[in-house]
Amino acid sequence: MAVVSRETLPLVSEPDIVGARRRVRELSAQLGFSLVDQTKVVTAASELARNTLIHGRGGAVELCLLNGPRLGLRLTFEDKGPGIPDIAMALRDGFTTGSGLGLGLGGAKRLVNEFEVISKPGEGTKIIATRWK
Amino acid sequence: MDEKIPILRMGEFLLVTIQVDMHDRLAMTLQDDLTNRISKTGAKGVLIDISSLEIVDSFIGRMLANIASMSRVLDADTVVVGMQPAVAITLVELGMSLPGVRTALNVDAGMALLRKSLEANEEAEYGRRF
Repeated sequence: MAVVSRETLPLVSEPDIVGARRRVRELSAQLGFSLVDQTKVVTAASELARNTLIHGRGGAVELCLLNGPRLGLRLTFEDKGPGIPDIAMALRDGFTTGSGLGLGLGGAKRLVNEFEVISKPGEGTKIIATRWK
Repeated sequence: MDEKIPILRMGEFLLVTIQVDMHDRLAMTLQDDLTNRISKTGAKGVLIDISSLEIVDSFIGRMLANIASMSRVLDADTVVVGMQPAVAITLVELGMSLPGVRTALNVDAGMALLRKSLEANEEAEYGRRF
């Protein structure tokens, strides 16, 4: 699997969520994703970016274009926030520690093909979401 | 950031067309502004056109649901119109079915829905008086 390109965007304020959505849209269109697949990956990116900003107290997202065996877009959200104590619980629909609906993590997982959460309490969280063409 | 989404008044209804990729605070501002305008004008219906929105995530979905509940409490109906098919597919997969939010395919159908429920309410009112 080859990484075609790689770029990092900051997620430190609300307008950064909009910026991340816009860039994910451009890249998924560039990869030739269908409109529905573009919409799914952009929506997942929006949920995860908000998660990084609110629960992770800010961080960054790395956007990777992948090639081989298929084309894909991998989004890696990373923060140095408090971490997620119980990942299985956090992925459940309706679970929320904030004011949201608790659809962020579980919902984002359903919108991509691969989804991985690595988190250590007190050290931060890394979420890797990949959508293949 | 003082940008705002304009709210237009058309007779007894308020019309909102969301044409920008909203950041979260702008969505919250719209929710507050609409609630204030319903209360100030006594509007009987709110039509929100989201045909330009390329995504609806859980935050925007929650805003739409909140607007619908708040307007109901203030005796106004809300109709959300023009959702793009790709947005609808994604929203359901995300786990949001927007319960309590009335939808219509386009502005015309949405306006017809608002007028109909206004007439139904007026008839019910008339029936009570005589």
